[in-house]
Amino acid sequence: MLADQERAGLRREIEPFVALGRSGLLPALYAAQQLHGWLSEPVVAAIAAALRVPLADVHGVIEFYTLFHNKPVGKRILSVCTDLACALRGGDGVLEHLCRAHHVRPGQTSADGGITIQSTPCLGLCEQAPVALVNDQAETHIDVANDSYELGRPRSIVGGPLRLLTANCGHGTTSLQGHGEYSAFKKALAMKPEAVVAEIKAAGLVGRGGAAFPTGVKWAGAASADGLPKYVVCNADESEPGTFKDRVLLIDDPHSLIEGMLIAGYAIGAERGYIYLRGEYPYILPVLESALAEARSAGLLGTSLQGSGFCFDIEIRLGAGAYICGEETALFESIEGKRGFPRVKPPFPTTYGLFGKPTVINNVETLFNVPLIIQRGAAEYRRIGTEKSPGSKLFCVSGDAGRPGVYEVPFGITLRELLDLADGVAEGRPLKAVLFGGAAGAFATSAHLDVKLTFEDLRAAGLPLGSGVVMVFDDRRDLRDLLARLGRFFAHESCGKCYPCQLGTQRQKEVLERIAAGNPLRGDPERLQDVGWTMTDASLCGLGQTAATAVLSAIQLWPDLFRPGRSPVQDSGRGRAKASPPPRRQPRKKTKPGISRRLAKKTIARRSRAGASATRSAARKPAARRPRADQKKVRRSQ
Amino acid sequence: MAETVSLEIDGQQVVVEQGTSLLDAARQIGKDIPTVCYHTATTSNGLCRLCVVEVEGQRLLQPACIVKAAADMKVQTRSERVTRARKTILEMLASTMDLSEASEVLRMMEDYGAVPARFPATARREAVVKDDNPMYIRDYAKCLLCWRCVQVCADDAQYTFAINFSGRGYETQIATFFDRSIPETTCVLCGQCVGVCPTGALKAKREYLLERGMSPEEIGVLSSGKKQRREKRN
Repeated sequence: MLADQERAGLRREIEPFVALGRSGLLPALYAAQQLHGWLSEPVVAAIAAALRVPLADVHGVIEFYTLFHNKPVGKRILSVCTDLACALRGGDGVLEHLCRAHHVRPGQTSADGGITIQSTPCLGLCEQAPVALVNDQAETHIDVANDSYELGRPRSIVGGPLRLLTANCGHGTTSLQGHGEYSAFKKALAMKPEAVVAEIKAAGLVGRGGAAFPTGVKWAGAASADGLPKYVVCNADESEPGTFKDRVLLIDDPHSLIEGMLIAGYAIGAERGYIYLRGEYPYILPVLESALAEARSAGLLGTSLQGSGFCFDIEIRLGAGAYICGEETALFESIEGKRGFPRVKPPFPTTYGLFGKPTVINNVETLFNVPLIIQRGAAEYRRIGTEKSPGSKLFCVSGDAGRPGVYEVPFGITLRELLDLADGVAEGRPLKAVLFGGAAGAFATSAHLDVKLTFEDLRAAGLPLGSGVVMVFDDRRDLRDLLARLGRFFAHESCGKCYPCQLGTQRQKEVLERIAAGNPLRGDPERLQDVGWTMTDASLCGLGQTAATAVLSAIQLWPDLFRPGRSPVQDSGRGRAKASPPPRRQPRKKTKPGISRRLAKKTIARRSRAGASATRSAARKPAARRPRADQKKVRRSQ
Repeated sequence: MAETVSLEIDGQQVVVEQGTSLLDAARQIGKDIPTVCYHTATTSNGLCRLCVVEVEGQRLLQPACIVKAAADMKVQTRSERVTRARKTILEMLASTMDLSEASEVLRMMEDYGAVPARFPATARREAVVKDDNPMYIRDYAKCLLCWRCVQVCADDAQYTFAINFSGRGYETQIATFFDRSIPETTCVLCGQCVGVCPTGALKAKREYLLERGMSPEEIGVLSSGKKQRREKRN
């Protein structure tokens, strides 16, 4: 039982969420967890009572999400990424080094309760690998040998010949003034809602989160569906390994997102929007909150917007560590305060979505296209890209590429051209493979270099565009190690509802780990194929349906990898850190807090005076990937 | 008169009432599609995926317990893709938990030629039998995670909400709030969960003790001591 004072303190923290009932559960758990760092039994019981949620249900929710702790954890939680892109840059070695330095084993808390160190799946910072999350801050470019890393607001590394979606990216957070005060939204308000939907349809915009569903069709469905209130949801749960484009868009240009959601709300007749932000992007939360406050102050969110009858406001919900919550119906379940189990479809979100009401749910990048289309018109928008794949696309280049980063390109350039933009393969090494689409993707080889990057061309070549992941592997890499990590990823993220995925991802992981260890059993390739095709054909949702795509493509391309008679994966293939233990990490020169933000603000003011074209030409070349000598050892504060 | 729908199942024309699931439609012509999580008294979640069938025009296999018959549908209940999926799911189940009391599943395994030892060297679900109340035991090594017990305890029947899940993915297990014993939860020992459990995971305690070789008299003494008191009175 809680002491009276403790109970009062807890009540104060969760008060804003009590009225939401079940839907307030995740925010309430987060607020309560801030008090002691973890959720004890009496605290959880008090939350359950206040929100009137059954005890067993609250227990089930906490158990589902990795960012909720029902056992004591350290004051600092250091989560080191050991997924694909970070593994190539020695992520395993970083984890090992830090555990040794703090005298804990991975997953353990130090005796004094000061620190917990654990490995974590992809943090969406792949172009700055190896990386880690320390409580709410990101550590990037971790260099164990030199004992340095960058702390604070992660860099935005943007390249490519276009700056339409990324117009405001690359120089700090763009303020409302810098953004331009929502001229596309104002233009939409002067149109009929049906006309707005028609314009999005005419533009041929399809979803950018991976499923590529025609956005106009989705909006039309929700607009004509029965049921009120309707909702607009932004899926900002970017968790596909190798994807980091939404992170850059959100932190540098939150107002474009708000504007896109306003236009969507107006088009379908919704008054409420939600941004579901993955819990591993906590440093973006204050940026979004500030932007929403700016918009409200300027009368661009709230009631009677711009003198019209249209009302719209947005609430942010934080994910709690579950890749499956990027699946649209699992995302709804999460906002509703439940375990993130996907629902059976049909019914689809446009008729039965969030809280069972008609809902439009779109990816961040998709919503960024919306103001562009309304501002320019569909015809102008379609001048870029191809007939079947209009517009521009953000590709996330990482791994052994010369210059990892986000690249905005028109649909239709070839893979070769994209890789050239990113300086080809690092150190001029031969290309072994490219992973397209992320963990849920498939492998391409140099045979595919001249495939055009469009939906239609990639489909014909048997490759998924997915979320735009392009992860490069040079000739040194042992793909068995990467496949084992993919296997571990899916097993970790399976929600456990349907049998093919709950069981299949585990069986797949076990086989892939044996193969990486050099001990495949007879019949293992057949096991992978049976499990893989069962998951692909019979799983309840997209996670299971794509969990085996990469493995099945690897079996096709490199069948010998899966046969016995090979030695286990070597260290060089994993990119481990140097063997000799480096000295205990020390903080290096600290810059004055807030200096980067002041500098960024100055730059934005200067740029908006100079005009948009200046920004575009100035931003054409991406920032140098290799940090300068002074930058490398600095721990930058926000 | 209810509207009817005409469709083709395994090459055979079938006419069913509108709103009939493919599972029921198939049963009408004597075709028994295997199911695990399906139960007439619980909401169909389509999670075991054993009942998947191939529907012409659909890229993915469809759960027959949920999908409704539609006009001119062409359904195959045992195509190559279907049998591969069912056989593999059954083999994965066999490599995960104790199926000794899941008689229906064992029968399915024979029907589909599933090889129990197909997946060696796996992390199996082990559990200690939970014997913490007078009415039933919980042996989660036998649990198929069909969700039925959670559903009947929740809004499918009892509205008691005594049990939910712990963990995620392969590590999922049925659990109470912070693993409290059954008497410490809202459980009212109604027995609904035991009634819908397809394996021996939830079992009446009396049955469990009889299986262990206790005699009815010994069980009587154990449970309430009533028998002892009755004898003393006489």
